[in-house]
Amino acid sequence: MPLAYCLLRKMTYQFDWSVLWSGQTGTWLLQGVLITLELSGLGWLVAIALGVVSGALRTVPVAPLRCLAAAYVEFFRNVPLLVWMFFWYFGMPPLLPTGLREWLLDHGAEFWAGVCALGVYHGARFSEVIRAGIRSIPKTQLEAALSTGLTVTQAYRLILIPIALRLIVPPATNETLNLLKNSSVALTIGVAELTFQTRQIEAYTAKAFEALAAGTVIYLALCLAIAAVMARVERRVAIPGMIAQGQSGEV
Amino acid sequence: MDFRVIADNFSFLMLQGFFGFGDFAGGTLRLALPAIVLGFLLGLLIGLARLSNSTWLRLPAKIYVEFFRGVPLVMVIFWFWFIVPALLGRSLPEYSVALTAFVVFEAAYLAEIVRAGIQSVPHGQVEAATATGLSRTPMMRYVILPQALRNMIPALVTQFIVLLKDTSLASIIGYVDLTKAAQIVNNREIRPFELYLFIAVIYWLCSYAMSRYARRWERSPGHGAV
Repeated sequence: MPLAYCLLRKMTYQFDWSVLWSGQTGTWLLQGVLITLELSGLGWLVAIALGVVSGALRTVPVAPLRCLAAAYVEFFRNVPLLVWMFFWYFGMPPLLPTGLREWLLDHGAEFWAGVCALGVYHGARFSEVIRAGIRSIPKTQLEAALSTGLTVTQAYRLILIPIALRLIVPPATNETLNLLKNSSVALTIGVAELTFQTRQIEAYTAKAFEALAAGTVIYLALCLAIAAVMARVERRVAIPGMIAQGQSGEV
Repeated sequence: MDFRVIADNFSFLMLQGFFGFGDFAGGTLRLALPAIVLGFLLGLLIGLARLSNSTWLRLPAKIYVEFFRGVPLVMVIFWFWFIVPALLGRSLPEYSVALTAFVVFEAAYLAEIVRAGIQSVPHGQVEAATATGLSRTPMMRYVILPQALRNMIPALVTQFIVLLKDTSLASIIGYVDLTKAAQIVNNREIRPFELYLFIAVIYWLCSYAMSRYARRWERSPGHGAV
């Protein structure tokens, strides 16, 4: 980008970095960051919940449940997130009862559609991560759990899923970063997150370079911060002797 | 629900939106296919640079990869959409902007695939090639890369699936791909559920078929036997 910077200067583009913190536009940027974090945070919770349940179901010894989970994963993973955003925001409401629809439209329907789209799409991707985690646990763990008198449900809830969650921190970090970056797609349905606000600042001040640079740097900083936190988490929860070394989540 | 809207607009959605024949310069495939080919060539160079002995090649390549992997694709598309016209003094067609953004962005991911592919070639091959008297460049070209490429194919197919899904984001700047075509039809017909479900199924068919292919390739005998 320095090359672009020099070229812009030569073309008498007036740089004005103060648009990023002065008054209205500074507030927009801050609001954008907060909405991005809320959207990603809620979407992440939905994704983890769906991912743990469907990822575990894909390994159980009951064929119909396995098929159901596989159908969910294969369908939602293989369609673009943008299409899911449109589907949840434009496609679903007309099918809802009128009262509920009106209520939703008054209470930030685009935000909740964004949470649904992110959660369901990334839930399918988390599911694969968690399935791989459960698969990597030696089968003897399940057998040992069953022989101590636990039911299959208890064995999953108390033994397999907790171990799997500790094993999958590195790939889960990668997925979390993908989710954060993908939350930018929500601007297409009008959620006022970071990318949306970046564009708004560009539209109001005509300072495209500054606005986009700010948005880019904030995304990079968020990604680095999450990666750093997760690296600590990874060290804390690592099971000695069970984790593959040197696969920590890169940005 | 009324799925006649799909039948009525089928040729517009598929020919214009998916393949790119028609009045608009559009098409999901017309963007995805050149983007993966050009992105792979750029990714190959960056991936080789990351494995180079020279810090002056290795470090910029590393920064490139880490930068683009930490930024959302939407942001990259906007960069090219707003900055390139400011630099050139004239606006570019959506197709050029979208293609450039995708090549630059995907190259970062493809470079990692290339690097992993090259590193997956057993070190004995390097030693054997050195023993026969090959220098670095011919060794890379005739010994390492042909084997590495074979190992990369499943990951490349997976990346192409990601790219195909990501091309839907080109609709944000007005490029008429399958998603935008559905939006255009929807503006006229107001049938969001049917239309978005239909394009979801089309994307799904392409992605699922390719992911099956990638999985079969991974399992096929002979793979990895280098």
